[in-house]
Amino acid sequence: MESHKLLVRKLVLICIAMFGFGFALVPLYDVFCRYTGINGKTENTAAPAARRVDASREISVEFLANRDPGIPWSFAPEITRIEVHPGQVMVVNFLAENLSAEATIGRAVPSVSPGEAARYFKKIECFCFVEQPLDSRQKKAMPVQFYIDPELPEQFTTITLSYRLYKSTLSNASR
Amino acid sequence: MSTENSNAIDIVDNPHGDHSDHGNADHDHKPKGITRWLYTTNHKDIGTLYLLFALLMLFIGGSLAMVIRAELFQPGLQFVDPHFFNQMTTVHGLVMVFGAIMPAFVGLANWMVPLMIGAPDMALPRMNNWSFWLLPCAFIILLSTLFMEGGGPAAGWTFYAPLSTTYSSDSTAFFVFAVHIMGVSSIMGAMNVIVTIFNLRAPGMTWMKMPLFVWTWLITAFLLIAVMPVLAGTVTMVLTDKYFGTSFFNAAGGGDPVMFQHIFWFFGHPEVYIMILPAFGIVSSIIPTFARKPLFGYESMVIATASIAFLSFIVWAHHMFTTGMPVAAELFFMYTTMLIAVPTGVKVFNWVATMWRGSMTFETPMMFAVAFIVLFTIGGLSGLMLAIIPADFQYQDTYFVVAHFHYVLVTGALFGIISGVYFWIPKWTGVMYSERLGQWHFWCSLISVNMLFFPMHFVGLAGMPRRIPDYALQFADMNAFISIGGALFGLSQLLFVWGVVRCMRGKGIKASTQVWEGAQGLEWEIPSPAPYHTFQTPPSVK
Repeated sequence: MESHKLLVRKLVLICIAMFGFGFALVPLYDVFCRYTGINGKTENTAAPAARRVDASREISVEFLANRDPGIPWSFAPEITRIEVHPGQVMVVNFLAENLSAEATIGRAVPSVSPGEAARYFKKIECFCFVEQPLDSRQKKAMPVQFYIDPELPEQFTTITLSYRLYKSTLSNASR
Repeated sequence: MSTENSNAIDIVDNPHGDHSDHGNADHDHKPKGITRWLYTTNHKDIGTLYLLFALLMLFIGGSLAMVIRAELFQPGLQFVDPHFFNQMTTVHGLVMVFGAIMPAFVGLANWMVPLMIGAPDMALPRMNNWSFWLLPCAFIILLSTLFMEGGGPAAGWTFYAPLSTTYSSDSTAFFVFAVHIMGVSSIMGAMNVIVTIFNLRAPGMTWMKMPLFVWTWLITAFLLIAVMPVLAGTVTMVLTDKYFGTSFFNAAGGGDPVMFQHIFWFFGHPEVYIMILPAFGIVSSIIPTFARKPLFGYESMVIATASIAFLSFIVWAHHMFTTGMPVAAELFFMYTTMLIAVPTGVKVFNWVATMWRGSMTFETPMMFAVAFIVLFTIGGLSGLMLAIIPADFQYQDTYFVVAHFHYVLVTGALFGIISGVYFWIPKWTGVMYSERLGQWHFWCSLISVNMLFFPMHFVGLAGMPRRIPDYALQFADMNAFISIGGALFGLSQLLFVWGVVRCMRGKGIKASTQVWEGAQGLEWEIPSPAPYHTFQTPPSVK
């Protein structure tokens, strides 16, 4: 019986560990994706300014914006495409308008395609770093200030920055 | 060397065991009535309960599938609305996976593992009772959601977020709770198998003398305790995302819906091997018996099983090729997936080599086992086709996938279970099943199952998506044919029930101790039917 107990205890430990591992996968995937840069996720903190500008090549940067059906805003980029030199700092505005009669808080989640280029897409300032409250009928131009890291491998000529706008879950909870 | 092991098994003790201290003259003394089944700690009783429960669930899951096939008999919406159709596909999958296939395997393990290794019972009999009786509770909860306002789970058995979070019905908490209970039940069943095999083997029953069914179940049990907790974690995250404001899979809160698929398939891919490895073990017992030759390549079978189990942990993302993974990751998962064909191929070739020049007879268990080898291989090969990334972009979420996993789960896992039932039922009930009825069951099943699933390959390749209640007109004839096959396959299983009930009522020719001429192993050295208590004094295995 003693050997049963010992073995059962070990097996229960494995189960508990695997239950924990299921949850640990959440941060592990994040770390893995950040390390390998394969998820199209960009750093959500301000990057330092570029040290040099590589004027020898031009990258097309395209902008996409769409919104979750849950948020009653209009949301679109001011321009859909610009040509930049790697290292050159640019500012692009995204226009949002709260179409509803209620104040709402929005949260934009960025994604870069192709995913491998995400880590070379550096944002100095971005409206996506913080939540964006808009009063009823309020309009706002929300800027993103960015540059492309000159280390960007040669094969990338076009990078797409896409935002999806969500109603903040915090504002959901307070509703 | 070890291929001859089973010949060397010898029992020195009376397999009835010594019952002088039993206090009751009736050796097979057991409580009467319903309490016998409620309170039982006997591995044979619990095995029977598991198997009957699985049979019931097979028919419930089958009825749900018949709703699906009735709706798909013609294009357009005839019988059910799309939301109810989605509930049917979802609950059909959940019932078949967690209610029919897995409990049937646990039932077979309960019955056969102690008999095969010379143990008096399972190591943890009370836990055994609990792990069974949790299952009816879980399925009452799950099936009751179908009658609730807003309906049951409708996100598919894979319950991808956000379908299972943002867009699911109010009954999701019941679904989550039911899955938790099923998971607890499977984990306890798996622990019991592991402890039994580790601690209760008869003297002389060394690791490499264990029958392959015991080996495959041991490896399956480890897979279960490794991944069922991950499933429990996944459904817990769904629960908290839906009801408690967390954002594991909600991009608005910083989560990631694709991560759901990663975590789910980290459980899900080992899970599909949980549903096939014990069937490999059953077939590895049956083929040598009816070929009257020892199993070819015993060691390679054990190693192949372990390799498949290991590989199952590093292939999960082949279910997600179209989610936009980088090419390097897709290639990794494609190659590891294809690698699984190697140990699986070893197994198939070993079975064929076992039959090669054997003096074969084709009783019902052998018929199902041979059909298993052929049809499972078809399912395996369509799996290889799905592993090819560019092809998968076409096949993803079509009926081709449905055809693939029904070939491996119905003609694979279910045929394995059915062949095992025919193989061992004389030992359980003491009477032979009706061979004529068995052959009728086999041929009806074989023809109808191929009418049911084979054309699905074609409609899938032609572009018919899965999980839809309506479809384009050009698929109409094929779908009518598939639905007829489905109805015939369902009706054919009534022959199985008839055969099983006949045995349970003791009707039929009395079975001998060895039952089958070519049968080898400890379970064939105890009387038929197996006494209520066996191996109370361990046999010695040379």
